[in-house]
Amino acid sequence: MKPLTPISTPKRIALGVSFFVLFFAVWAVATFGGFVSRTFLADPITMVKSGYTLITEMGFLKDIGMTVWRVVGGFLIAAAIALPLGVAMGAYKPIEAFFEPFVSFSRYLPASAFIPLLILWVGIGEEQKLAVIFIGSFFQLVLMIAVVVGNTRRDLVEAAYTLGASDASLVKRVLIPSAAPEIAEILRMVLGWAWTYVIVAELIGASSGIGYMITNSQALLATDQIIFGIIVIGVIGLVSDLLFKFANQRFFPWAALGKA
Amino acid sequence: MSILSIRGVSREFSTQSGGKTLALQATNLEVAENDFITILGPSGCGKSTLLRIVAGLDRQTTGEVLLDDKVIDGPGADRGMVFQSYTLFPWLTVLENICFGLRERGLPRDQQIEIAQSFVKKVGLVGFENHFPKQLSGGMQQRTALARALANNPRMLLMDEPFGALDHQTRELMQEHLLGIWEAERKTILFVTHDIDEAVFMGSRVVVMSARPGRIKLDREIPFAHPRHYSIKTTADFAALKGELTEQVRAEVIASQALA
Ligand SMILES: Nc1ncnc2c1ncn2[C@@H]1O[C@H](COP(=O)(O)OP(=O)(O)O)[C@@H](O)[C@H]1O
Ligand SMILES: [Mg+2]
Repeated sequence: MKPLTPISTPKRIALGVSFFVLFFAVWAVATFGGFVSRTFLADPITMVKSGYTLITEMGFLKDIGMTVWRVVGGFLIAAAIALPLGVAMGAYKPIEAFFEPFVSFSRYLPASAFIPLLILWVGIGEEQKLAVIFIGSFFQLVLMIAVVVGNTRRDLVEAAYTLGASDASLVKRVLIPSAAPEIAEILRMVLGWAWTYVIVAELIGASSGIGYMITNSQALLATDQIIFGIIVIGVIGLVSDLLFKFANQRFFPWAALGKA
Repeated sequence: MSILSIRGVSREFSTQSGGKTLALQATNLEVAENDFITILGPSGCGKSTLLRIVAGLDRQTTGEVLLDDKVIDGPGADRGMVFQSYTLFPWLTVLENICFGLRERGLPRDQQIEIAQSFVKKVGLVGFENHFPKQLSGGMQQRTALARALANNPRMLLMDEPFGALDHQTRELMQEHLLGIWEAERKTILFVTHDIDEAVFMGSRVVVMSARPGRIKLDREIPFAHPRHYSIKTTADFAALKGELTEQVRAEVIASQALA
């Protein structure tokens, strides 16, 4: 192996898949071989079987739908406010000075610790789930977007001014497009975090969703269902990640140029 | 009749230790219509500072700069700039980069394209209109930057070592190219370089600056007739003038090294 030397696509896929295979093999050996008690860890076959039952007989698809809806809803609300605010903070230093200290402080407030408070305020309905996602992603988004916009190459800014750009069009035609690919990356990353918040929100005070199913299964010692739920979350996360990556490459072909 | 007057312009920078560095001493320079002034001087003598003040990207400590008898206050489309670093907007194609200033002026789209296309031709980039900057060589990027500045039809062009990062052969071709454009369009140009050959070959006037704090120590007409062919570089007159300027610049480089 040579450092930083790229490998071919088929090879990369083969290597990536083989780790999954290895992972399942170790799991199968551990469970079927009797090294781990069934009470604590179900084997892969049972897991797949009960996953099938969950979907066909217990309406698990509806739970999945609820969870996806909550993540996407909460995240979209957060992004819709974070984008203009983050861009404004990155572009205009007084606005940054006004919000930045508070936002920096708020981003360290753990979203999950707000759950009890949110239950008191808005109950255990959908508002509470959306609010957890919002708190978990909004402050992170704002700060990271502000940093990216603020780091726009100064020589590009100067070039735009010598071409007659006004302050408003500098923001619109230079700061935003130059930061756009990185902002898309930030959205992708924070969406991933939002997935962890939704499950926590559903573990407490929910009557539907993947997290709800997981808490229920715990009471029944159904580790097969818990693991299936976790894997479903992983798969959805992976798919949304790939969709995002694909969209980024399509929308910002210039950003990928000259990188690899 | 001068179009640009630099009157008593100096620039002092505050250093990090709280002191002050004088980068540029009170400088006077009158630039006439159609002048192609090349500026030579040791590195750190304030050439970029002077150019940036004319561009409106930096502010002088004393003195004033007048363009067509109006005081310069900030950057504007009437002074096109080409930088040493590659400052094309990476998210825009060659054609869109050239359209940047035209769009800023609110020109109708078909007119933008028409003007941009004519400059694509002038700088010899036909066939590359839809390439992104990262897909171009350094020389091509600088030709695009030149086209982008020229498309705005500025009163004057400011160029800060635009060919400084190019290899020798490309550089010589770019010199002929720029000279050809100047001979055809009769633009007024301020051109900073540390290459004496370049300064003599292209300039109608050459200005030598002293070691820091910079001031103009020599201002000389270059008598060679236009259109100039690159073969004049091998003539005795060219060599004599180059020899004289080499002496002048060398003395300042030695002085600036003693300072450091
Ligand atoms: N923004 C700045 N802050 C402090 N010092 C600066 C700044 N810009 C330039 N200088 C100093 O001013 C002097 C002239 O710089 P510059 O105009 O870039 O020189 P040149 O282009 O001739 O090489 C240098 O000593 C440089 O360190
Ligand atoms: Mg310089």
